[in-house]
Amino acid sequence: MADSNVVLLDFWPSSYGMRVKIALAEKGISYECKQEDLEAKSSLLLEMNPVHKMIPVLIHNAKPICESLNIVQYIDEAWKHKSSLLPSDPYKRSQARFWGDYIDKNVYNAVKRVWSGKGKEQEEWKKELIECLKRLEDELGDKAYFGGEEFGYVDVALVPFTSWFYTVETFGKLSIEDECPTLVAWAKRCMQKETVASSLPHPEQIYAFALQYKHRHGLQ
Amino acid sequence: MGSSQEEVTLLGASGSPFVCRVKIALKLKDVEYKYVEENLGNKSEQLLKYNPVHKKVPVLVHGEKPLAESLVIVEYIDETWNNNPILPSDPYQRALARFWSKFIDDKIVGASWKSVFTVDEKEREKNVAEAYESLQFLENEIKEKKFFGGEELGLVDIAAVYVAFWIPLIQEIAGLELLTSEKFPNLYRWGQEFVNHPIVKESLPPRDPVFGFFKGRYEGLFASK
Repeated sequence: MADSNVVLLDFWPSSYGMRVKIALAEKGISYECKQEDLEAKSSLLLEMNPVHKMIPVLIHNAKPICESLNIVQYIDEAWKHKSSLLPSDPYKRSQARFWGDYIDKNVYNAVKRVWSGKGKEQEEWKKELIECLKRLEDELGDKAYFGGEEFGYVDVALVPFTSWFYTVETFGKLSIEDECPTLVAWAKRCMQKETVASSLPHPEQIYAFALQYKHRHGLQ
Repeated sequence: MGSSQEEVTLLGASGSPFVCRVKIALKLKDVEYKYVEENLGNKSEQLLKYNPVHKKVPVLVHGEKPLAESLVIVEYIDETWNNNPILPSDPYQRALARFWSKFIDDKIVGASWKSVFTVDEKEREKNVAEAYESLQFLENEIKEKKFFGGEELGLVDIAAVYVAFWIPLIQEIAGLELLTSEKFPNLYRWGQEFVNHPIVKESLPPRDPVFGFFKGRYEGLFASK
């Protein structure tokens, strides 16, 4: 399948967008990345994702695919020549999808509520976040990656959020490494992969973005 | 790896649309299984052991291996038993099927449920508006097609069993007109066709007990107001 017509509509601080970038990098696909202004969405975005009007959107041969984990699965199925992201065994695949879904339902929200919240609510969400990360840490166990020996789908689903850890720790006054050392070690291991390192922004950049966001929205 | 010959058990609750999805998939594939009705007010050891994360039904146990989350289970069933495919083979079509199935979970189930089972009027109205908007997207998607999957049932049809059976049921309880032939002619037509499909018909719970159960919940909710 030709790589020539691949476009990604993205917003650089988005963990969801990062997932797609990692998947594309894993497959060695070259693509055009278009940054969206979420407060002034392009007509292309509205046309390609009329249902959710959100990034990321992958446009392949003029056809849009939406929802980050859906896009990751699509990339895995459309480009089979290397770096399989989902395992071949149906049961292991189902487990990968289960944990991808779990991460979707729990991580983003908890991360956001901790860095943008305050007071009692923030404390509650800190507990939620740590509980969620500990559960994921349990699932990881002593494996190198969530999928086992190889970096895969669940790693792709989770690792982008680690670029937000510094922001969460600073605003939330907590240490994720203290609470989840194995998970943080896993994150560092992932970051040694070129495909991951080149797809994630620096944690300081995320922090600067969050600071600016809080200022603009009066969330000091 | 789960062989097609290993024992299959489904932990479920008869009123659950999510359990129904799995029943339809198993029936479509002609898989024999043991069904265990869970009392959700008093969850079994087995359920808590097999789904420690969410503690919910459905849970499919194949051999000794548990699976949770209805759409994850349906895809697993599709990949383990190859007859009567549920997902298309083309990657783009598969992506569309997954998109719309997730859409139903994210944008239709919650909003439509809260359109009925919410005491606060303003909150309820907000959910009604959201439900209408979401149903319109689905209406535009089904168009003239027999099923979302085309000529045969597919993943989206299975996911949308909630729309075909549960929405008409709960809207009747609340005296709300969410899914009607006037408002959503294509979707309504699809729903009628779908609930009468032989596989689906055999997988749906009997209406009266489910209606009675949710009506009781509804009345209880508003009685305490």
